Amino acid sequence: MKKMNKITKSNLITYVMVIVIYIAAQAMVMTGNMSSLMQGLLVPLCAYVILAVSLNLTVGILGELSLGHAGFMCVGAFISAFFSKCMMDVIPMAGLRYFLALVIGAAAAGVCGILIGIPVLRLKGDYLAIVTLAFGEIIKNIMNILFIGKDANGFHFSTKDVMSLGMEPEGKVIINGPQGITGTPKDSTFTIGVILILLTLFIVLNLIHSRSGRAIMSIRDNRIAAESIGINVTKYKLMAFSISAALAGVAGVIYAHNLATLTAQPKNFGYNMSIMILVFVVLGGIGNIRGSIIAAIVLTLLPELLRGLSDYRMLIYAVVLIAMMLFNWSPKAIEWREKYAEKFKFRKKAKAEEV
Amino acid sequence: MSFISYLVNGISLGSVYAIIALGYTMVYGIAKMLNFAHGDVIMIGAYVVLTAMASAGVSPVVAVLLAVVFCTVLGMLIERVAYKPLRNAASPLAVLITAIGVSYLLQNVALLVFGANTKSFTSVVPIPPLVLAGGNLTISGETIMTIGACIVIMVGLTLFIQKSKAGQAMRAVSEDKGAAQLMGINVNGTIALTFAIGSALAAIAGVLLCSAYPTLTPYTGAMPGIKAFVAAVFGGIGSIPGAMIGGILLGVIEIFGKAYISSQMADAIVFGVLIVVLLVKPAGILGKNIQEKV
Repeated sequence: MKKMNKITKSNLITYVMVIVIYIAAQAMVMTGNMSSLMQGLLVPLCAYVILAVSLNLTVGILGELSLGHAGFMCVGAFISAFFSKCMMDVIPMAGLRYFLALVIGAAAAGVCGILIGIPVLRLKGDYLAIVTLAFGEIIKNIMNILFIGKDANGFHFSTKDVMSLGMEPEGKVIINGPQGITGTPKDSTFTIGVILILLTLFIVLNLIHSRSGRAIMSIRDNRIAAESIGINVTKYKLMAFSISAALAGVAGVIYAHNLATLTAQPKNFGYNMSIMILVFVVLGGIGNIRGSIIAAIVLTLLPELLRGLSDYRMLIYAVVLIAMMLFNWSPKAIEWREKYAEKFKFRKKAKAEEV
Repeated sequence: MSFISYLVNGISLGSVYAIIALGYTMVYGIAKMLNFAHGDVIMIGAYVVLTAMASAGVSPVVAVLLAVVFCTVLGMLIERVAYKPLRNAASPLAVLITAIGVSYLLQNVALLVFGANTKSFTSVVPIPPLVLAGGNLTISGETIMTIGACIVIMVGLTLFIQKSKAGQAMRAVSEDKGAAQLMGINVNGTIALTFAIGSALAAIAGVLLCSAYPTLTPYTGAMPGIKAFVAAVFGGIGSIPGAMIGGILLGVIEIFGKAYISSQMADAIVFGVLIVVLLVKPAGILGKNIQEKV
């Protein structure tokens, strides 16, 4: 009973932290203490927080490395933007349209997660990393050559150019290849973003502390032992992976509905984006959901505050990533730390596993 | 004739992938880690050659040797500083994430030192192009050089691993680290040697790649690096002939995909191959299927 309380308390702290940050940010906007640059960052920040939490589900809880989270985000972003643009006249209510876009974006990304997961989750860590990376690149490639237009006769597809769509003159181009989708309704707001963060946290934290969550963590700690006590390894791995992918899709929906033009560039949906999310997760602590949120907020806002450092931003990310990994995971560093401190509970558990 | 010309180009590109894949496969076989930074060592090697030739004005041969030495030292340094402390880490993800960090670090250091602008790389290959079939088919000097270098490296490496004492030690370490140590093999030294050889090969691959495709940016190495890993998986990771076959097949697939399907989709085709291979034959063409024991 006491342990349950501890978990509930820890979860509550996380929720309250998000709400407090939200109120503080809103207060700053109201009183005019926030620059317009920072205000512009608030909605992407929500997307990054959700991405970091969802990647932490894969890396920290499932114990597999996904380098294609930007790809899942890309799927969610494009599908939902496509939907919103098509339905702009049919569903005039922004709220309902956004809700449906969210459901569709998350479902599409989740389905991609399952499709990728089925062949790959049977294999071990490195393969999953490289295949998810490959998946992200494939998605980015496809989005860059895809042309979809709509006219009275219905939808037209092409992979060449606008001309080969063969539309009636009054037809509209919806996805314009490398130029992406223009004119998505700007429905994402900071408030909606924060609500979605809370929803994400609710899903992830409840999953972790459920029976399924314990099964997933047992697979992470020892796959063979988990299998031998009758845990369906593929099922639980797939479950965690597809939920993580679907949440990345949600982040994509937020991201897409905040931009006038959505394009699949290397900088927003490429490898670099996946690495940035990984840096959030590693800096916040692998397996620590609250840490991911804090790291995402700090690392998104800090470079904007320290403008002069922007050239060195990526370099600093790289150094932080290496240093954190060496400090947290090297057996020598763990030994050294244990000698001097007793409070690193999580790492000790890692040490115990090793024995 | 265009078919044969595509085929030759494919084999040439595939040879570069094969040389890079050899580095991956050796490191993977012995240290059981995916060295994500391998692709970026290629880029560093190419920059060293470019700088040595443009600024110091040394001859191409000296520049290439310089790059090989530089990358060898760099590879050993990376192994010592970033990977060795994590060799016995609790989670296998630890060293993988660190490797990604190193890759990112190398890219950004190159970005700061050499700038983001694309540099044009002058070919270092002195061989004149070969004109066949009455001028219908031209094989460039770079292609000949690449394929030749690939064959030489392949034969040399196989002999080294099969015949020499150090090669025997490598095979022993890849088989069983603990047992190798008990036999008096210097495990750390052997792993360092593997990284040194892999990085030296990366430098050569960098020079060949940039001679054939003469542009150089800090991100030049990343994509070929990942594709070479795909090649290594395709051929069966840990197997040296496998890396060779996988690399050449992948190069041919990529060039044919570019020529006959869609030039923008070439990367997607290559990665699609990876997913299909993992689905159908996860151990690769020549790989051994190792059962996991408790």
